[in-house]
Amino acid sequence: MGFELARRAEPSRLMKFLAPLQAIVLTLLVGLGIFAALGQDPWHAFWQFFIAPVSDAHGISELLLKASPLCLIGLGLAISYRANVWNIGAEGQMYMGGVFATGIAIHFQDSWGAATLPAMILAGSVGGMLWASLTAFCRAQLHASEILVSLMLTYVASLVIKYLVFGPWQDPHANNFPLTVNFEDNATFPLFASLGWDWLQGTRLNLSIVITLIAIPLAWFFAERTFPGFQLSVGGLAPAAARYAGYSDRKAVWAAMLIGGAAAGLAGVSEVAGPIGQLNDRWAPQYGFTAIIVATLARLHPLGVPLAALLMALLYLGGETVQIELQLPQAISFVFQGLLLMFLLGSEVLVRYRVRRTRPAEKVVKAVEAPA
Amino acid sequence: MSFALTPLVASAVAAAIPLMIAALGELVAERSGVLNLGLEGMMLMGALASFVAVTHGSGLALGTLCGILAGALGALVFAVVTISLQANQVATGLSLTILGTGVSAFAGRQYVGFRAPTVFDDLPIPGLAHLPLIGPLFSMNILGYFAVVALVAIGWFLNRTRAGLELRSVGESPTVARSLGLHVTRVRYLATLFGGGMAGLAGCYYAVAQFKMWQDGLTSGNGWIALALVVFASWRPPRVALGALLFGGVTALGLWLQTVGIRVSTFALASLPYLATVVVLVSISADQQAMRRFAPASLGKPFFDGD
Amino acid sequence: MNNMTDRPLLLRLTGIAKSYAALRALDGVDLDVRAGEIHAVLGENGAGKSTLMKVIYGAVQPDAGRIEWEGAPVSIDAPTAARARGIAMVFQHFALFESSTVVENVALALPEREPLKKLAERITEVSARYGLPVNPNQYVHRLSVGERQRVEIVRCLLQAPRLLIMDEPTSVLTPQAVDQLFETLRRLAAEGTAIIYVSHKLEEIRRLCDRATIIRQGKVVGHTDPRRETEGRLAELMIGRTFPHTERRSKHEGDVALEVAGLDVPADGPFGTALKAISFRVHAGEVLGIAGISGNGQAELLAALLGTSRSQAQAVWLNGSPVGNLGAARRRAMGLAFVPEERLGVGAVPELSLVQNALLTAYQKGMVRRGLIQRGAAGAYAERCIREYDVRCAGPGAPAGSLSGGNLQKFIVGREIEQKPRVIVIGQPTWGVDVAATALIRQRIIDLAAGGVGVLVVSEDLGEILEICDRVAVLAGGRISPARDVHATNSEEIGRWMAGGFPEAPAVSSQAAA
Repeated sequence: MGFELARRAEPSRLMKFLAPLQAIVLTLLVGLGIFAALGQDPWHAFWQFFIAPVSDAHGISELLLKASPLCLIGLGLAISYRANVWNIGAEGQMYMGGVFATGIAIHFQDSWGAATLPAMILAGSVGGMLWASLTAFCRAQLHASEILVSLMLTYVASLVIKYLVFGPWQDPHANNFPLTVNFEDNATFPLFASLGWDWLQGTRLNLSIVITLIAIPLAWFFAERTFPGFQLSVGGLAPAAARYAGYSDRKAVWAAMLIGGAAAGLAGVSEVAGPIGQLNDRWAPQYGFTAIIVATLARLHPLGVPLAALLMALLYLGGETVQIELQLPQAISFVFQGLLLMFLLGSEVLVRYRVRRTRPAEKVVKAVEAPA
Repeated sequence: MSFALTPLVASAVAAAIPLMIAALGELVAERSGVLNLGLEGMMLMGALASFVAVTHGSGLALGTLCGILAGALGALVFAVVTISLQANQVATGLSLTILGTGVSAFAGRQYVGFRAPTVFDDLPIPGLAHLPLIGPLFSMNILGYFAVVALVAIGWFLNRTRAGLELRSVGESPTVARSLGLHVTRVRYLATLFGGGMAGLAGCYYAVAQFKMWQDGLTSGNGWIALALVVFASWRPPRVALGALLFGGVTALGLWLQTVGIRVSTFALASLPYLATVVVLVSISADQQAMRRFAPASLGKPFFDGD
Repeated sequence: MNNMTDRPLLLRLTGIAKSYAALRALDGVDLDVRAGEIHAVLGENGAGKSTLMKVIYGAVQPDAGRIEWEGAPVSIDAPTAARARGIAMVFQHFALFESSTVVENVALALPEREPLKKLAERITEVSARYGLPVNPNQYVHRLSVGERQRVEIVRCLLQAPRLLIMDEPTSVLTPQAVDQLFETLRRLAAEGTAIIYVSHKLEEIRRLCDRATIIRQGKVVGHTDPRRETEGRLAELMIGRTFPHTERRSKHEGDVALEVAGLDVPADGPFGTALKAISFRVHAGEVLGIAGISGNGQAELLAALLGTSRSQAQAVWLNGSPVGNLGAARRRAMGLAFVPEERLGVGAVPELSLVQNALLTAYQKGMVRRGLIQRGAAGAYAERCIREYDVRCAGPGAPAGSLSGGNLQKFIVGREIEQKPRVIVIGQPTWGVDVAATALIRQRIIDLAAGGVGVLVVSEDLGEILEICDRVAVLAGGRISPARDVHATNSEEIGRWMAGGFPEAPAVSSQAAA
């Protein structure tokens, strides 16, 4: 073919940064091509997709509103994937976090006053962890693939929501629509706008973003500076070495799943007690799956996750914007997401390998003409 | 009583066929060491391609071919990224699913609600088709019969041919295979493309044989169930048929229970296939010794075919 | 001479060079091989012998140089091309598929497709002719290591090779089986086949080979007739200076540091070996060696000692406490250190730095406080290991994967010894390690025992065991022989034991009863 791969002596530090950038550029180029193929002016569509959504305070707050749960789940998944525990069911764990928080809200918001929201936050993380522990059990004790189990449970979680909002938790005044009562103020995250942040007037940005901001340094610290974080990394890099060192594989699976589940559960609370303000059957943002891309884009590094989350949130917003402005299906965001991830995975190769021309064997033989 | 069960068997068979086709394709890919989690995405792409082709006037044969090619195209992208570019197979499979789901939702938007103009008809075998209980097995459409033929052919290929031996050997140890001069890369590419083509064919079944119209989320997670099927079958073809029928039965159970007058929550029933998958996975995987014996040793691990 | 120059020249390599990134594996190598000769390629671990063979076999393409076969320049760009010319290779690590039968494995290597039945008959015939009995329909995972090597050889012989390459063939054979192999090779040579015998075992080369080409650090440093040289002289040529010797100290025996009493471990799947009634004792201050060829239960025994596989509490004792049911972390806390058989991926994580690899097992030595990593302590520990064990590296921050085999092994051994254990178990201490590092590691093992530590060495290198151990037992087929004083036995007796011919070890009462 003319070109071949050759292994590098050491992974290239330069490419570790360039690979994600290269993937982004390639995705954008293909995006321009897609817009053109759809009969749109590519630059106008590009503008509508990537720039217009964040050109005002409202746009930026929407961006942060989407980036926050993506970042939160992404942090949990980054830690989990470092340990080679492939939690694919974060979406379902997020749903259950929302369910548990909703349970508190609709039953106790009238009696618990100011304690309702903190209880919901706690319940949300418990809900996510509980759902994740089902997968942890199946993998740690029964050796089943956590990929398939966590994914199956995501479908089940979405059915649990449907059951609840069509049944016992349905708002009796809702004309048979599948939704719960709206949450009261004491069961919702306060808006920044209502706290006196005037420039955010009219935006939906709420206090739940604080949870994410706290989670970022916590995740970094855990992964880089604690021994359990180190043990998880070793388990992912070289499982035989981890066993040799005496690290427990079971504990690692439980820790990784519970961390991911807690993060996803918290993201669930921030959604139902945030912009949505209730539980309904239309809530399926796919954040749990997009967060997989976030974690991968950040190369599983906790400090890269927020940046990756912002980018992926932009892709979401872009999809919504071009749906309104250009009548393109919103699913185009998922196309971009899939492309970005695919390009990223392909670009990773340059970290450990470099490209060189194939030297045909005949040329080698002719290299030395006269005998030494 | 058996007459009341026969419709259940018929629904189970209908649900089992695409699962079996997709699982058989993935089984071949996994026996060569390639774990392709993008089944769901490839199935959706195949479904869309064949539906669009048929809607725009092509015959069933050409429509089916479009479905197969679409699935194989997705598998090709996967193969380039994982086999040639050494990427992590799990992450790449997921991205293929996201990409395939996104593309089919995006491009299929304009076809939502459309009915397919031509569909696969059942081809009953006279005499056998009317047997109680097992009659539906002899009254499938052409894709169903193909699935049965494929089952036998793939089993024969893997165990009785030289090419099948090479494929199994690549799956056990690509390094040893390479030192013997086997073309690891080529074998894996071919196996992966085959898996993609079969996935595309399964998608075509959903669009043109089962639902006969286009809707979002056509495959509703069956690609993942097909992956679990391969594990359940311990990577050997005969059990794929059994597993597919079981899953098909579980899926069909809900509707059937309603027809015989048993009221169960629709949500509980809808969750049955997924829970059944978990139960099956857990029961198979718990036997670590068997897993080690049958799972291809190099499954999921990248192989660098260079110096 | 032996009419050597009358024989036709089969293979000539001129100026072969090959580099891997920064490492020059081969640097202008010349080699002549004639029909019917047994030609040794001699060099220590890491000298470049394996790479050179891969070039001849077509598995690797050289960066420069010429290959001539029967006088004409050729390029061998794949193993199939080598086989087409009549070059066959018996690999050091067998190229066999465990889940297939012998005849299927042989079929994969042959260019023409023939019906398996006919091939099975050919296999039986060839194996009988050369004294290498093999059952064609047996699954490879059921075969012993020696039998697997026979399959490898028979596979080569079926191709009627002109040139046969044997890469370190005797590490998996008992001394008696080595004699048998040499018989076969001499027979082949008499029939006109050229044989390249790659090894670092001087005594065997002197017994078997007509000529030797000595390779050091990728370059040819000499050609000679090994039968006319002493072992010492060959060794000097191989490593470029006088062979270092280890110094033995007198043995002080203390209490029992490590004891195994009636250990039974069922086989782990079809590819494993069961351990039956294993009993032995290691005293503080002594080095007990367990000899035996890989595949006889060593991996299972090491796992049971480390704690990655758990057994009954009373089956394994550390310093008088039953630990059989405890995991590796608890046993380490009780004073056990452990050097595994495999370096990369087990003993050390290649992507992590040496500091992080120090943290890997020495975490109980002040590097972790309340869950937080003390990076200063870990760094100091790593630096100490690097300094005391002469580890050549780019510094404590260098990734473990960047070290050569010998240097990484020195680091791992150092990391374990510096934990000041009371018992240390070492698997294959110098496998694949260069001579200088080998000498250092062996000396440290002896010194460690002199300092009162109980040392258990599991090694398939019999010479190593006889050199550094006080007592030796043999592990064969999952059973263990009685332990004998090293001076009271010899390699012939041990060879017999390796084939399983030893009396039942007397039942050793555990310390609980004592």
